[in-house]
Amino acid sequence: MRALSFLDRYRTVAGPGFSRWMVPPAALCIHLCIGQAYAFSVFNLPMTRLLGITDSAPGDWKLTDLGWIFTLAIFFLGVSAAVFGRWVEEGGPRRAMFASALCFGGGFLISAAGVYVHDIWIIYLGYGVLGGIGLGLGYISPVSTLIKWFPDRPGMATGMAIMGFGGGALIASPLSVWLLAHFSTPRHVGVAETFIVLGVVYFIFMMVGAAIVRVPAPGWRPAGWSPPARQPKLVTSANVYVYRALRTPQFWLIWWVLCLNVTAGIGVLGQASAMSQEMFPGKVSAVAAAGFVGLMSLFNMAGRFLWASASDLIGRKNTYFCFFILGTVLYALVPTAGRLGSVAFFVLCFLIIISMYGGGFSTIPAYLRDMFGTRYVGAIHGWLITAWSAAGVLGPVLVNYIRAYEIAHGVPKADAYNVTMYLMATLLVIGFFCNLFIRPVHERHHMPAVRDEATVAAQ
Amino acid sequence: MTSRARGGTRTLQLILAWSFVGIPLLWGVVQTLRNALNLFH
Repeated sequence: MRALSFLDRYRTVAGPGFSRWMVPPAALCIHLCIGQAYAFSVFNLPMTRLLGITDSAPGDWKLTDLGWIFTLAIFFLGVSAAVFGRWVEEGGPRRAMFASALCFGGGFLISAAGVYVHDIWIIYLGYGVLGGIGLGLGYISPVSTLIKWFPDRPGMATGMAIMGFGGGALIASPLSVWLLAHFSTPRHVGVAETFIVLGVVYFIFMMVGAAIVRVPAPGWRPAGWSPPARQPKLVTSANVYVYRALRTPQFWLIWWVLCLNVTAGIGVLGQASAMSQEMFPGKVSAVAAAGFVGLMSLFNMAGRFLWASASDLIGRKNTYFCFFILGTVLYALVPTAGRLGSVAFFVLCFLIIISMYGGGFSTIPAYLRDMFGTRYVGAIHGWLITAWSAAGVLGPVLVNYIRAYEIAHGVPKADAYNVTMYLMATLLVIGFFCNLFIRPVHERHHMPAVRDEATVAAQ
Repeated sequence: MTSRARGGTRTLQLILAWSFVGIPLLWGVVQTLRNALNLFH
């Protein structure tokens, strides 16, 4: 369609003099919006009293029903990132960002209709399925573009975008609370109106990103920079085709590296508030625990940028060694913090752990680029996101069920998390070995140079 | 204001683009920090 030709990849090729520093804000436009997913729980309680208004009434949705909305969204994030990764890579970032904006914004509007007619299946379809697809497309859309614009600092570049995903929740949470308060009346909760406003605002914000994003012209390099004559052993200058990459042991080792790092972080992220209150009864109030969760969000966001930037200096493999060694030590020390009754020590341990959780997400695209080249890194990253979906199930299940088992067997609440902490430390030890076994991809998996250049030229 | 080549980027465009994403992010960080201070009360 001619009307949509502005989305074509060739229309996004940057002209001479275009500053590459315009691309991170374009990526942030997308990630700051889709990061809202982490703040979706803000709507849970208001949505349990859509009929009863002040309290849940018969016919109102239960929290267990509502929990599926987020679960579906994260599931479809992983699925869409994997399925559409190659389409995103070959169609260009603007097309993917536009599709993401349509899905994510549209998901909110459909969900508003679901709230209005009080049918939760419409919300599952709207925010869960359509919004989840928007999340997946949006998450991977700027990654390979940033890597191509910043070949000298790929970790920092992707760290900036993925930091936005962490930062999105910091914006969405107070914004949603403010909108709910604005639209609520004594006879109305205001969720539908809030969804409509968020859907429209996010669509516009994401379209600004789609408008300003550019891809570098073939053969473009940063001024004064040339590829190092001798690349580090784990950094390839060749490219690996997306489906070929899936057949390499390196892909699956990195998959486990991400999965284990995320499992260890995500499990405690959701339980941080309850854990801090139960491990330090009388010392940490509910309000203080909420402050602790906020502080964790900040460290999660900052870690995404700082660790990914550090990986440009110390290398990707060494960065993950830091995560696994330091993480193991810190998790093993958490029960000691509980025994000592030291809230400060406990908080410090978790803030560092959560910074490494965020860093694990943001360093992985550059790790993939080092191993498989830049050509299909976005698509390969899409497939790797399934590790996040798996960890999203594994982490909370491990923490919740082990805690419940411990309490059922007479362990005091203050000590109920100890086994979990040691288990998380063990997972990180396994992750350490997965990282240790990562070697350069064998040459037989590389794309032929001629075909590779022809593909680029054709674009 | 810096001059630009055809298709190039002006400094103002950079400032606008970074402000567009930076201001909401800063607002979110400040709100979160205000909540986080409760931990120390």
